Amino acid sequence: MSDIPEGTPKPEQLAQIRYKPPRRGWMDKPVELKKGTYCYSARSKFMEYLNLPNAREWNPTEGDWKLPADWKQTILDGMRERLTRFRSFRLFMDICVRCGACADKCHFFIGSGDPKNMPVLRAELLRSVYRNDFTAAGKILGRIAGARELTVDVLKEWYYYFYQCTECRRCSVYCPYGIDTAEITMLGRELLNLVGLNIGWTIEPCANCFRTGNHLGVQPHGFKDSIDFAVDELEEITGVRVEAPINKKGAEILFIAPSADYFASPHYYTLLGYLALFHEIGLDYTWSTYASEGGNFGLFTSHEMIKRLNAKMYAEAKRLGVKWILGGECGHMWRVVHQYMDTMNGPADFLEQPVSPVTGTRFENAKSTKMVHITEFTSDLIKNNKLKLDPSRNDHWRTTFHDSCNPARALGLFEEPRYVIKSVCNNFFEMPPNTIREHTFCCGSGAGLGNDENFEMRMRGGLPRANAVKYVNEKHDVNILLCICAIDKATLPVLMQYWVPGVEVGGIHEMVANALVMKGETKRETDMRGQPLNNAEEKEHV
Amino acid sequence: MMKLHDLLLQKRPAILEKWFQAALETYPADTSRFLRREKDRFANPVGHAISYGMEGLLDQLFDGNDSAKVSSLLDDIVRIRAVQDFSPSQAIGFIFTLKRIIRDVLQSEIRSGNASAEELFALEARIDSMALASFDIYMGCRETIYELKATQVKNATLKLLERTNLLTEMPEHEPDSNDDSDGK
Ligand code: SF4
Ligand code: SF4
Repeated sequence: MSDIPEGTPKPEQLAQIRYKPPRRGWMDKPVELKKGTYCYSARSKFMEYLNLPNAREWNPTEGDWKLPADWKQTILDGMRERLTRFRSFRLFMDICVRCGACADKCHFFIGSGDPKNMPVLRAELLRSVYRNDFTAAGKILGRIAGARELTVDVLKEWYYYFYQCTECRRCSVYCPYGIDTAEITMLGRELLNLVGLNIGWTIEPCANCFRTGNHLGVQPHGFKDSIDFAVDELEEITGVRVEAPINKKGAEILFIAPSADYFASPHYYTLLGYLALFHEIGLDYTWSTYASEGGNFGLFTSHEMIKRLNAKMYAEAKRLGVKWILGGECGHMWRVVHQYMDTMNGPADFLEQPVSPVTGTRFENAKSTKMVHITEFTSDLIKNNKLKLDPSRNDHWRTTFHDSCNPARALGLFEEPRYVIKSVCNNFFEMPPNTIREHTFCCGSGAGLGNDENFEMRMRGGLPRANAVKYVNEKHDVNILLCICAIDKATLPVLMQYWVPGVEVGGIHEMVANALVMKGETKRETDMRGQPLNNAEEKEHV
Repeated sequence: MMKLHDLLLQKRPAILEKWFQAALETYPADTSRFLRREKDRFANPVGHAISYGMEGLLDQLFDGNDSAKVSSLLDDIVRIRAVQDFSPSQAIGFIFTLKRIIRDVLQSEIRSGNASAEELFALEARIDSMALASFDIYMGCRETIYELKATQVKNATLKLLERTNLLTEMPEHEPDSNDDSDGK
């Protein structure tokens, strides 16, 4: 494997890293939940809907968290079980040499300055308990071996800091041993779930997803209304009436996008982009009203929840009798699809290996999951000259691209989005190399942390990303930050308004829609946002 | 008697170092080590904003008079500290420390009467006006935060939801136990 990025220290260089995480002292300070930096608890009705343990109303700022009497045993049993079930978990607990290479790589540490946001210390919160109860050295030597007893204060600290990690995996890129703190956080949250310590921002979407298939609880008729509305709007802008098939049995392809694409802005302009594109190439596809959500907040909750919420994708593909699945501009959906779907809910042997009906390209990367990323699909169309594009229709945009954590670090999707952007926009400027691709800085609001109450923490965590945007904004007048993730599109606009006012946020297929010259279209007066184009020179494409 | 301006230029490195160190000390020890050590401005935006900002502010204080530049340098630092774990006074206190630091560094000159008290007061008055400017910037940042908190949900989501009456409420009663095929 030669794709270890350049900045990663080799084991022999580790000795030279001077920056060490604190050895002791951190264990004794009880955590203080500060306003603006912690997440509210989950409401009991959503917990009950999902049959989660210890459903109740409780408040993290109150002393009594209403834990079950046997909470400690439950957590320790849960740890024991997971140490056997996940080899990686035991490995991650055992092999960290505290070299510190990851310590300053977390956007939350960089932006907040709180040492417990160093990935190594975040992991140590759990590791100290592991040492205490699961290793001989810890049992005998206690503190000296870095072990500590599990107490209510420790549990509170877990809640605070495992919900201050966006599971972005940036730290893992720099760890010479490949320790992935994101997975430690996932397991930490899973343990918290066992005693009912859940946050509202993940459990409510999970409950809604379980019920109606999508985060906001939109029912089939609502879904249809929304798509119909977009079809009308697209017609107003382009003069072209497109079809948007829903629950169409026997379609060739099932298309799944994050629900925000049909209810939130600026996601919505990307939805217009999908609709225009699929019409233009005559794609035989369908939406599903139950697989009406790409996002899966199970990823931020527990492995069981990932599986439960993901099951609808293959189930709907089977029910509708499609050949393969195409997926939209969602971030963490791709981590679930790429890393879990096949083993959890597959094999999808009733589907075929995806082949583009337009170009004949076989998508090798999707051989096992049968699900193709839309930027891979679109870049293949462009590469094969199947689209008529007028990038000058995006000349009012000076673009840069934010690699969303999951497509970048879980899927390795670096070139396709850039290829599409450069084909549909004349102005594209990269941010500095240590802030993009596998080194990309998180938006600071993923993994369930994008809520209001956590606002200050989000601004801290988003600072490194915003700082790089500010640089290209000042240097190249960049005025839009493109991304392929629904959480990014929801949270980056606020981040920009605080750190770099004047920079908008948009999706790649919004840019595609602007540039796409459609058969039978009327003269384009506005872009997808309804902003007038400076179309004195707008060429006649008819 | 030496002109204060010349004295300040002579002592500039010492003043800058002490001022930077004082700001770093408002962070936990492990953090301040990082803020000092990491020189890449993208890997360490906080450390960079503080050190770059302080250099620029000293330039302006000793030699310049560009109030827009001063505002922008102060903004880079204060905007960060306004979302970090600081009270308002802690967030902008670093400006006031500069007065103490300058008096410390010039201690012997002041005692021996080598630095003009008049010039020193004038300098301190300019530092005070920087502090007042930071206070405005700080308040501006906090107001932005409240506004963003209040409007973000409305902007992003509700506009589209209101349009089509999309939402239905989660039923309050216990779900049908058949609903849950996969639960534990
Ligand atoms: S996964 Fe991301 S948020 Fe979590 S510790 Fe690592 S760098 Fe920080
Ligand atoms: S997690 Fe990896 S990089 Fe971080 S301290 Fe441990 S061994 Fe080093």
